[in-house]
Amino acid sequence: MLTLNVNGRKHKVDVEPEMPLLWVLRDHLNLSGTKYGCGIALCGACTVHVDGEPMRSCSLPLSAVVGKAIVTIEGLSQRHLHRVQRAWIEHEVPQCGYCQTGMIMSAAALLAKKPKPTDADIDESMSNLCRCGTYPRVRAAIHALADAPVVGKNS
Amino acid sequence: MSMNVSRREFLKVSAALGGGFALEFSFPAASMALPGAPVQEVNAWIVIHPDDRVVIRIARSEMGQGTYTALAQLVAEELDCDWAKVSAEFASPNEHFRRNRIWGSMSTGGSMGVRSSQDYVRKAGASARAMLVAAAAAQWKVPAAECTVDKGIIAHAASARKLRYGQVAAAAARLAPPQEVKLRDPKDWKIAGKPVHRFDIPDKVRGKPVFATDVALPGMLHASIAQCPVFGGKVKSIDASAAQAMRGVKKIVREENFVAVVADSWWRANEALKKLNIVWDVAGNGDASDVTIAAMLRDGLAQANLPQARNIGDAPAALAAAAKVIEAEYQSPYLNHATPEPQTCTAWLKPEGFLDVWTSTQNAEASMIAAAETAGLPLEKVEVHKMMLGGGFGRRGGPQDFVKQGVAIAKALPGVPVKLMWSREEDMQHGFYRPASLVRMKAGVDAEGKLVAMHTTVACPSILKVLMPEALNKQGIDFTAVRYFSDMPYTVPHQQVDYAMRNGHVPVGFWRAPGQQNAFYRECFIDELALAAGKDPVDYRLALLKAGDKNRLVLEAVAKAAGWGSALPSGVYRGVALADGFGSYTAMVAEVSVSAAGEPVVRRIVVAIDSGHVVNPDTCRAQAESNVVFGLGSILYQENKVKNGRIVEENFNDFRLPQIAEMPKVETVLVPTGGFWGGHGEPAIQPLAPAVCNALFSATGKRIRSLPLSRHDLRRA
Repeated sequence: MLTLNVNGRKHKVDVEPEMPLLWVLRDHLNLSGTKYGCGIALCGACTVHVDGEPMRSCSLPLSAVVGKAIVTIEGLSQRHLHRVQRAWIEHEVPQCGYCQTGMIMSAAALLAKKPKPTDADIDESMSNLCRCGTYPRVRAAIHALADAPVVGKNS
Repeated sequence: MSMNVSRREFLKVSAALGGGFALEFSFPAASMALPGAPVQEVNAWIVIHPDDRVVIRIARSEMGQGTYTALAQLVAEELDCDWAKVSAEFASPNEHFRRNRIWGSMSTGGSMGVRSSQDYVRKAGASARAMLVAAAAAQWKVPAAECTVDKGIIAHAASARKLRYGQVAAAAARLAPPQEVKLRDPKDWKIAGKPVHRFDIPDKVRGKPVFATDVALPGMLHASIAQCPVFGGKVKSIDASAAQAMRGVKKIVREENFVAVVADSWWRANEALKKLNIVWDVAGNGDASDVTIAAMLRDGLAQANLPQARNIGDAPAALAAAAKVIEAEYQSPYLNHATPEPQTCTAWLKPEGFLDVWTSTQNAEASMIAAAETAGLPLEKVEVHKMMLGGGFGRRGGPQDFVKQGVAIAKALPGVPVKLMWSREEDMQHGFYRPASLVRMKAGVDAEGKLVAMHTTVACPSILKVLMPEALNKQGIDFTAVRYFSDMPYTVPHQQVDYAMRNGHVPVGFWRAPGQQNAFYRECFIDELALAAGKDPVDYRLALLKAGDKNRLVLEAVAKAAGWGSALPSGVYRGVALADGFGSYTAMVAEVSVSAAGEPVVRRIVVAIDSGHVVNPDTCRAQAESNVVFGLGSILYQENKVKNGRIVEENFNDFRLPQIAEMPKVETVLVPTGGFWGGHGEPAIQPLAPAVCNALFSATGKRIRSLPLSRHDLRRA
């Protein structure tokens, strides 16, 4: 039995320590907002926060995250939508949307660290792959958030 | 009622896939509310609840292109309801068949979602409006013509009475639909034509389970699949002893051409799959490679007396008499769709003999038929639950391979829901690829430098031969293999287009804007001809287009918007191209630069599109951006090579997708001229490769005649 801290709650899971976090989230905890895209830490559809850092959960064995605070898209904001999610709606960012939960997790982590990221910061941090071409809107939404006043802890 | 699927019905429905094959469907005769349906169903498309909520049923699929919302806009526009109270839901494919295909085509491809259903969905809205007004007028005992409607509130001014749609919906549902309805002039639109927010976005940003991969059912098991790496191969033998003993493994399913491991989580299924020792019978295809495929295509170019997809004047004679002949060969590789969400199907064969399927499909009717045939059940015993698609791009329409597999696996575990999801590696190596092709173009120029003849020979595998053979024309020509030549708008007096169908063992399919490689060839070759004539590429094209041709309008619009001919920053170069298709007219200007090391950078794309009408301008712009990034990867570095009968590439490490830093600025100029309905899902990809390659010629002096660019040294000579 391993104990995981996911979205502020403790979960006991009886799985192999080498199982990647992604599959524990998706198939054991029923948190399917985190997606499988490539399984080799390239596409970023599986991005979650581990102790505040954006990580590719498809290549992160469970043993590496025991005792750490894991946040998924479902737990990004406790009650209302996170301001990144609101900006994503306002800017009509998603198309098919499959990569977007990972994209949002990366953007939230970037903005938490750099409230006013430059284009170069965005290029470097937003390594998530999108096949639909949402990149211009991702960039516009992040810049809009950088210019917007931050209200409240989760907003 | 018996609904066993006949071969004939299968072909009829299959023919509704892809481009250009919408079946005839008339409104309103077929759309009457189903006897016994909930009273709120005013007609098949529209449910109005007592609290005025309007639910609009959508027959097409949603893969990010916005059809789910755009069709609701069109219905709501004619219905005259309050947009704030509108939501959408997918029409049930099972009910669709039980009601004699009441929602028309469910196929979603060829940029047809809006344009091929706009007429009957608007009539559904207008018809329901008339019935609601008639119901109110009957209650008030006044002529319907004296009633007005504003945002779902019916008013009779003379008697100062009002009724809400929700109050009369049940009565309206019992009325016969009007024989004729008049549709609104698009210039009077209030909901359609506006950039409303898409319905599907809020759930997507929350991470709600909207995709096929998100399906979770009580007691559900997970499956990972291995198909023969060599196309067409079969399972010869398996040693499952190691896999069988692994944790969580419930069953190994062996079929003729695949093996699947079923386990209690997908990771466990996939880990066990890697431990299977499978021996494949490669069916004689184990030696196929890029070399044998290139030879197959070249053999096509060498053939005489090929079927002709276009024959105007006498091109061979005109070429023989020409003052100058310019000739070039162009080619393209196979390309995978690489949908972000891998192919997925959950199937549950219930004890009472009913099959439920959840999948991401571009054609729910084809999914229904594939599932029913595989399960050996009549259609009324099958339901396909349509999920949002994590990308489609043509992969999820015709083949339905993943549905057949999912149902076959579920048959091996009756009573248990099983979710089959392909690994990325399986998805990369078992696609229905954009065809590789080789084309030779010969142009004849007279003594004045005027283009008088063009003779094109296309060697290309046929998508239709694989997916819809009944759609080949009488000569056996696949229109997707010859388009852009067979329907070229340029006024060349002598034209001949020959088609050599050369089908290798690699399955081919509809890949966003099928046939678009021909637009690359043609539009780069036109630039070669303009250069040889010493003409500006825009002027050269305009001189070849008839007065009144809408291709002229978009070309002029894009040249103006891009500042064609104006000064550019140092090291930046422009290229232009045009291509009409998918019902729309599209022209593009690309701006590129090339680093000293030969790295190409696409900096700015300006695209002008005339789609006749625009239902949601924001979605149309998003589709242009989408086409640019989708095409960009195929221009820069994507290709699927073949070695030892199998696809070489395995994942996104060797089949790269562009990143955010590589995304050019995209400026979309919408110039709808009215009078026709064109699509947006594909048009902007058509002129992209030639516009970029024409710009690269300006930048480097190197003429790119094959893609991707990673094959070429772009350092200035």
